Amino acid sequence: MTASPDDRRVERLLVAGMVIALLLPVITVAPNRLLSGSGIELHALLHGERLWLLFPLLWLLIAPFLPRSWPAGAAMAAIALGNGLLWLTGQEAALRTVGDDSLVRVSFGPGFWLLLLCLGLLLKHLASRMRARHAMGLVLLVSALSPALVMLWKGMLDPLSLMQEFFNVQDTLLQATREHLMLVAGSAVPAICLGAGFGFVAYKRPRLQGWVLAGFNVLQTIPSIAMFGLLIGPMAALGHWLPQSGIAGIGMAPALVALALYSLLPMTHATLAALNQVPAAARQAGRGLGMTPVQLLLRVELPLALPVFIAGIRITVVQTVGLAAVAALIGAGGFGAILFQGLAASAPDQVILGVLPIVLLTITLDSLFQLLISTLDAHHDRT
Amino acid sequence: MIELDAIHKTFGDTEVLHDLSLKIETGELAVLIGPSGSGKSTTLKLLNRLLDPDRGCVRLHGEDIRRQAPEQLRRKIGYAIQSVGLFPHWTVEQNIAVVPELQKWPRTRIRERVAELLVLLDMPPAQFLHRYPHQISGGQQQRVGVARALAADPEFLLMDEPFGALDPVTRANLQDELLRIHRLLGKTIVLVTHDLDEAIRLGSRIVIMDQGRIVQQGPAREILLTPANAFVRDFVKPGEIGVRLLGLARVSERVRWSAQATGEALGLNATLREALSAFILQGVACLPVADESGRHVGALHFDDLLEIRA
Amino acid sequence: MKTGRGFLLSLTVLTATLFILPFSDALFHALYPELSQPVYRQDNLTLLLIAHLQIVALSSLPAIFIGVAFGIWVTRPSGAAFRPLAETVLSLVQSIPPVAVLALAVPLLGFGEWPALLALTSYGLLPIAHGTLSGLEALPAELGQTARALGMTRWQTLRRIELPCAMPAIFAGIRTSVVINIGTAALASTVGARTLGLPIIIGLSGFNDAYVIQGALLVALLAICVDQFFVWMGKSVLPGHRS
Repeated sequence: MTASPDDRRVERLLVAGMVIALLLPVITVAPNRLLSGSGIELHALLHGERLWLLFPLLWLLIAPFLPRSWPAGAAMAAIALGNGLLWLTGQEAALRTVGDDSLVRVSFGPGFWLLLLCLGLLLKHLASRMRARHAMGLVLLVSALSPALVMLWKGMLDPLSLMQEFFNVQDTLLQATREHLMLVAGSAVPAICLGAGFGFVAYKRPRLQGWVLAGFNVLQTIPSIAMFGLLIGPMAALGHWLPQSGIAGIGMAPALVALALYSLLPMTHATLAALNQVPAAARQAGRGLGMTPVQLLLRVELPLALPVFIAGIRITVVQTVGLAAVAALIGAGGFGAILFQGLAASAPDQVILGVLPIVLLTITLDSLFQLLISTLDAHHDRT
Repeated sequence: MIELDAIHKTFGDTEVLHDLSLKIETGELAVLIGPSGSGKSTTLKLLNRLLDPDRGCVRLHGEDIRRQAPEQLRRKIGYAIQSVGLFPHWTVEQNIAVVPELQKWPRTRIRERVAELLVLLDMPPAQFLHRYPHQISGGQQQRVGVARALAADPEFLLMDEPFGALDPVTRANLQDELLRIHRLLGKTIVLVTHDLDEAIRLGSRIVIMDQGRIVQQGPAREILLTPANAFVRDFVKPGEIGVRLLGLARVSERVRWSAQATGEALGLNATLREALSAFILQGVACLPVADESGRHVGALHFDDLLEIRA
Repeated sequence: MKTGRGFLLSLTVLTATLFILPFSDALFHALYPELSQPVYRQDNLTLLLIAHLQIVALSSLPAIFIGVAFGIWVTRPSGAAFRPLAETVLSLVQSIPPVAVLALAVPLLGFGEWPALLALTSYGLLPIAHGTLSGLEALPAELGQTARALGMTRWQTLRRIELPCAMPAIFAGIRTSVVINIGTAALASTVGARTLGLPIIIGLSGFNDAYVIQGALLVALLAICVDQFFVWMGKSVLPGHRS
């Protein structure tokens, strides 16, 4: 298979990134949790049985410069190298933290993260070169992640600092997940309904559009931390009037209200846009065929508006996942709590432990919605 | 004056132009016509170096156009396209003034020139100078496009299906405009179209292309009466050749001076095709002819139409 | 709404609040009788506001240059090969909340102004690059082609035609970026930067709701004010080709 010049340039750039990553420390070793560590580059760690890593590494470094290319092979090399690095760091960490009460902390260095990023991007690039559809892409993803998951399962990565932090917060992690999901769902659902309502009203009365959107825009402009802060007073007052509800100035309640308010603009805007883009021809045809306004709405306008509406929900949900991280500051919990704890304790690995689930959640939800939208579109095209 | 010499051009796997040689004389209005994919737009783009040939060369006044920077060449050539391509963020005045500004004309000269061109194209400057493209109609946009092409007083004009996107009435009007401007300014014009009627109406010379080659070229009459091969024959639609030929001649060429007849008078300037139509509508074989002021000058007989091949 | 009216209104409210707050003891004492120090006096609020604006400006300017340059490069022939890659990276980084970028900058640069600046600049790049990218991509291909056909050089085409026509999208990206930056800069108080977020953070950790309200009010008003400023700027900077 021949690669286009464009493909080659992308691959060479990623290879350049990998070379830079190799010059940076791939792990950092600190004597304990508080002190900062010193970095160790990959070449210092490649000895003994680890030398097999040189094969996929050299393959990847040389491949973009060869006349012919084999994307499947490069993909396998990337997967092997990524997982191999993980294995190597786990092994090295085990060596250095011998003994039950060892305080030594071995974390991933900047070189590791950069290398992982380049490998991931390379894999994505190779997948599109191989024209991988959903099924093949899934296979690729699974085969890329399985060795890592197996290593995780067998405890081979436990000695690493990131895993140590994980064990520290393990009990709270489940609760943090529940809280974060509660924040997202609890604010998204009312916001979707309200936003849809506002959007519908604005659609029927165009003169209100400017006011509604401008008002919500002002809400959107207010930074999240300020919004949380401003709600403390009113929510506390509400809590006094309704003592049984558990509403207070801090905690879940103001966070939910704030997040819902932030979702109003994108939802209203999306509803409006979704209804506006229904082709006038379809509406006229429906009326001409004798549909009542309600039938028209249910059978013509809503189905045609659905994909754009769901795209709006997707944007709102993704936005909320990120905003919910700040809610931890007012005691609403969620992954942000782990993040801020790590910040307060100067423990970067704990911070990463807070960030990683947020990123994964965002990517997962985003992909799910994308899948939903594309199946809807395909369904539309077929009917 | 413009010469294409043994041009070859390939896009990917398709050979778009094959051994194409063409000479366009100064002051001509040459029309390139052919089905889609025949290479006519490609040929046009070779003239202002929007494309470069794989083999062969293009000469302007005997000099290879690759001698100068493409930007310098393009500023001396007017270019108008079907979708007009007016810059949406500039007013009509700013759009027309583009090339003169690139050539660093003094401000006052530019302003005069823009006003002059708007008048030439029958668009009152006071009304149109400060309008934006989205505020004027399609036909007006195309006129501005032509004005923009003429602004820097180029040596020649390239037009790529300029009137294709317009309704028939506007198209006819703009075709007349173009003929008038050509007569007035005497510029060399190379125009691409797929509409045979437009080609016959406008072109002093028609160049028929098919699959990257020139199949026949010459005045309209020659192509209609002596098609070079089956392709040209089919292209000009055999059933309409006679009527098209009539469209090439005017009543003034066949009128019997001072003869008498009854019926609604034909204009001296009308084409014989319009005369035929009048004969049929009025159900007669003979009609009077009047000049612009309505004065009776003669008559035209149906038989006179048959002499068209002479 | 007449141009600038929103901006003048919000600016007035902001300035008024800034002046009134130091004298609002009575108000906050009534709302929070249990607090001994209801009004934030540890810093001069005006100086905090200026420091806040400084951080935002210092981070936004490089973000604008780099973001626009990147967006332009990726839509030129020389950079077109990297566009899908750029889009993947942009959407990936956009899924990281700004607070995380702040927190992750700390291990690199420690506490204080510099990690905040780095985080703000890096995060501010995204909406601007995205806006430039989508603005330039949305232009009809023939716009640039016509400009070249008339005799403009590539640089002239970019400067006089493509960038002005893509300006609404670029401007929207800059506006989004700066407004988000104001919020993130407030959060930067958690990593030791001196901004208007300081009263909020101190208030939250010290259970002093009054401080929180005062800080939040100023941050919110500042954000609205800057946003209105951009709205006003937008009307005068953007050409009249959109009716």
